Amino acid sequence: MFEAVLLTVITAATPLLIAAIGELVVERSGVLNLGVEGMMIMGAVVGFAAANMTGSGTLGILAAILAGIAMAALFGFLVLILVANQVATGLALTILGIGFSGLIGEAFIGVPGLKLPQLYIPGLSDIPFIGPVLFQQDAIVYISFLLVAIVAYTLFRTRLGLVLRAVGDNHGSAHALGYSVIRIRFLAVLFGGACAGLAGAYLSLAYTPQWVENMTAGRGWIALALVVFSSWLPLRVVVGAYLFGAVNVLNLHAQAVEFDIPSQFLSSLPYLATILVLVLISANRRLTLVNTPACLGKPFVPDR
Amino acid sequence: MAATIHSEESDTAAPARKAGRHTLLDAQGLTKRFGDILANDQVDLVINKGEIHALLGENGAGKSTLVKMFYGSLEPDGGKVLWEGSRVSIDNPAAARDLGIGMVFQHFSLFEALTVVENIALALPNPGKMSDLSRRIESVSRDYGLPLDPSDIVADLPVGIRQRIEIVRCLLQEPQLIIMDEPTSVLTPQEADQLFLTLQRLASEGCAVLYISHRLEEVKRICHHATILRHGQVVRECDPTKETPASLASMMVGADVASVSAGATNPNIGEVRLGLKNLSAKAATPFATSLNNISLDLRAGEVVAIAGVAGNGQGELFDAVSGETTLSAQMVQLDGIPCGNRGVTWRRRQNAAFVPEERLGHGAVPGMKLSQNLVLTRHGTGDGLARGGFVSVARAGDMEKRIKQNFDVRMSHDDPEARSLSGGNLQKFVVGRELDRKPGVLVVNQPTWGVDAGAAALIRQALIDLARSGSAVLVISQDLDEIFEIADRIAVISRGHLSAAEPARDMTRERVGLLMAGGAEVQGEVA
Repeated sequence: MFEAVLLTVITAATPLLIAAIGELVVERSGVLNLGVEGMMIMGAVVGFAAANMTGSGTLGILAAILAGIAMAALFGFLVLILVANQVATGLALTILGIGFSGLIGEAFIGVPGLKLPQLYIPGLSDIPFIGPVLFQQDAIVYISFLLVAIVAYTLFRTRLGLVLRAVGDNHGSAHALGYSVIRIRFLAVLFGGACAGLAGAYLSLAYTPQWVENMTAGRGWIALALVVFSSWLPLRVVVGAYLFGAVNVLNLHAQAVEFDIPSQFLSSLPYLATILVLVLISANRRLTLVNTPACLGKPFVPDR
Repeated sequence: MAATIHSEESDTAAPARKAGRHTLLDAQGLTKRFGDILANDQVDLVINKGEIHALLGENGAGKSTLVKMFYGSLEPDGGKVLWEGSRVSIDNPAAARDLGIGMVFQHFSLFEALTVVENIALALPNPGKMSDLSRRIESVSRDYGLPLDPSDIVADLPVGIRQRIEIVRCLLQEPQLIIMDEPTSVLTPQEADQLFLTLQRLASEGCAVLYISHRLEEVKRICHHATILRHGQVVRECDPTKETPASLASMMVGADVASVSAGATNPNIGEVRLGLKNLSAKAATPFATSLNNISLDLRAGEVVAIAGVAGNGQGELFDAVSGETTLSAQMVQLDGIPCGNRGVTWRRRQNAAFVPEERLGHGAVPGMKLSQNLVLTRHGTGDGLARGGFVSVARAGDMEKRIKQNFDVRMSHDDPEARSLSGGNLQKFVVGRELDRKPGVLVVNQPTWGVDAGAAALIRQALIDLARSGSAVLVISQDLDEIFEIADRIAVISRGHLSAAEPARDMTRERVGLLMAGGAEVQGEVA
């Protein structure tokens, strides 16, 4: 029983983790993309469709990533090149994604899906308890942890990460020093799109291998909350994603055993937790100031 | 070292000096256009190796535009740049750095959330390992007498240190030309002296410095050659050591600058109009300054100036006096009435007026017309601008025209949005808006910050005239020239402590400098 719960926590947390780590990079560059939900659901439907038509899970994942990138490119073009309002554009991206995915996915409703195979690692997977939980997952779960490690290392240990943080902290200075603010932000936005697309693919190819309209069910928004929850630190995203994933699973199990807490309350827990964390971190203002990208959501127009 | 410098005495034709053997940078006919405005019109400039070259001009004369083209952050529309005799195109700051051009920015180009070493690494093409770079920063900064701790986070550092970071960052690029845009505006006199030593050492090592400053005294003191811009054109070149600050100022403005006179030295000092009694306030944010036991009596008929380096509590003090932050009632008294717990509008009704430091965004709403901005500070002061919840547009328009005329606010069309005015013009409006009321108490923070000589003289004279007419004027300023020009008494603020206000004739720059550097604290604690 416990083992099963743990397994479902991992599957519930993985899409949150992937989408949030992508959005974290976007926000560190100073762009607020509220369209995570829209990019994610496009990834889900395109990934499902591609896997279904080609019979290959890998191609499905690649297609989902491309779909996320395409959505992000649209967003990037609007807010970075045309300097449209980031909040409004992000919301529009979500609405577009939900509607457009419903249109594409109509033919795939009720079609049996393709489930990603679980990777079997000789030796490790045979360890009792630990083996099935940690070493019999599908590829995307491992990728999610790899992503966190790469992002954390890049952000704080490489020049690329330094430039990215600099652009998010003060785009005027970064421009004055000769960095191309728009190009760096565009690349960050595309990375965020790729991650959201991958997270979507996980939903329709691993979590529940089928296409259901609106199947992201607010996970994009939770990913956004997670970035704030983590105060823009990659390792804390892991903690947050697993915490929120656990709450989600707890919700299902609580209903199953007729536990006496309204499910609505449990569904709202991630958001309550985010508010609580916001209150707690605002107590330490110095830490907040150092980690919060100061230019988050601010438009940049270079003078030339 | 520097080539012979020809000083052209005629005011009309000032041929640019010719490039020679020692020429480092030779700009010919540089032109830059922004829409309808010609920011730089056929500018010629020759900078020699090892010289400190002043670039002078009023606000909007095109100085920043010109240096941005040298640093590659703006693209010229015409003209060419020769670097050590060969033509170069400086497409971006990286290209400028490759040539050996470094820049110390007026508004710091630092990243607050990053450490000193990260900030410096961002400006270097090949910073290498962070630990090696940290060691280099430590040794270079100590060598030049500008010590830095590479692991500090910039947000925690005061402005003087921040400028050090910019300078050290520049030095690590081993530049041949350093461009400095108003470097001393945030420094104490002692810190400025240290900077001058650094610059003189760099010049003696053969590095050229292009130096932009509004402070003509220091230009005369350290610069070898000066180029003066007016309306985007080079109007004069001269040897500043042979000029006076007044003659430099008139070259910049193109006419004699009216000298500000404090009038009779002993004005009729009257009652205490603004009293600060043991005013203390805790810092609201980690980067703010707390105010400690500040006391001051401001009397009718006098101008009291508060000197100090930026970030020592000036903004916090202004907020407490104006009522933007409220404290206990006794701490602030207007004409003897305790009002420390009252808001801004109440204090304005008590015949007080306030002009904050930041004119755009704090002193005026950028997107609103001047007449609307007028209503924002004057709605409660009995001018009939707002009655029964309705705004009298006509009356506001009339007042706006009056202020425009009396304070020479220049604008392209009638009643423009605040953001469309140049800094100097908006400052004249924001100060004029309050002076127009003839307030009994006027508190001004940085009345002429970033304002050109002509407008500054007008504003300073208006402040003195107001005091002579029987009002009390409190000026918070970081400009010592200004303070000595207008103040009857001078106090110094340092880390939230205020020194006792002493008659200006008893004060010297050295003494003010010592108080700025912390003497005010000791004195404040004793008092």
